[in-house]
Amino acid sequence: MDKVRVKSMMPPGHVRAPAYLRGRTGVIERALGEFANPELLAYGHFNGPKKPLYRVRFTMAEIWGDAAEHPDDTIDAEIYGHWLDPVPDTP
Amino acid sequence: MPHDHHDHDHDHDDFHHHGMSPSGHPYRADNDEPLSYWQVMEIAVRELLIEKGHVTPAEIAAQIEAMDARSPANGAAVVARAWTDPAFKQRLLADASAASAEMGFDIGGLRLIAVENTGDVHNVIVCTLCSCYPRNLLGLPPDWYKTRAYRSRTVREPRKVLAEFGLDLPDTTQVRVHDSTADMRYIVLPARPAGTEGMSEEDLAALVTRDSMIGTGLPKTP
Repeated sequence: MDKVRVKSMMPPGHVRAPAYLRGRTGVIERALGEFANPELLAYGHFNGPKKPLYRVRFTMAEIWGDAAEHPDDTIDAEIYGHWLDPVPDTP
Repeated sequence: MPHDHHDHDHDHDDFHHHGMSPSGHPYRADNDEPLSYWQVMEIAVRELLIEKGHVTPAEIAAQIEAMDARSPANGAAVVARAWTDPAFKQRLLADASAASAEMGFDIGGLRLIAVENTGDVHNVIVCTLCSCYPRNLLGLPPDWYKTRAYRSRTVREPRKVLAEFGLDLPDTTQVRVHDSTADMRYIVLPARPAGTEGMSEEDLAALVTRDSMIGTGLPKTP
């Protein structure tokens, strides 16, 4: 499965990549197709370029570290492609 | 029982003296406060749409009625079908929007994903950013679903939250939290309870609770 990291930037605006997942690494659970970008829609730009959307799966250990309630439980969230960087598999 | 107030004197004349209804609760105040900015905006837009002939008041009333008529019974019917019809279950897990539309519960422009509970996996739905909810199948969300407490705690300590709902999961069960952050909506397909072999689809649907489709509960057992 493809490993990705959510960009850790904190720009202003109507961003739907939750702050608690920024900078975290997960795997793509499935690709969902292309959707209108909420960062443009929120400001009335209805014809902007569409963005690919993915369901990304994170482990609780990755998100909360030692404070995780149960490290192997997971969180799946929908993240737009322009918020994801590929993470190469380290051999 | 909340309506038993044996320590109150329910003498008829007292209701008015104490400002209480006959059931022993305070009367709801009249909504005499000024309209909010958004209420004024809604009325203005609605009246303009009617004035310009785009919609009629009857169409607006019918739409509100249709929205209010949606209830967890829709979702329960979908779950019961999936429990009894393996081909439908496959279609539901592959494309829940299309499968629920098949049963007359169209989700409109959004996309629905069904996530299946098994012996090893328990799914629970949250929307940390707002209150996204599969209204076509479950109706309006419960108030707790929209609270900051549910939204923030379900991603941080889901097992503790589920325990507060009365659902204690063993360590061997993996909890999968689904945060509806964008264009998808989610419904949990709970596991069919044991001892329901041979039950009709309709009787099975009566076992499916709203919370079992959010993931904060399990279906009832017969």
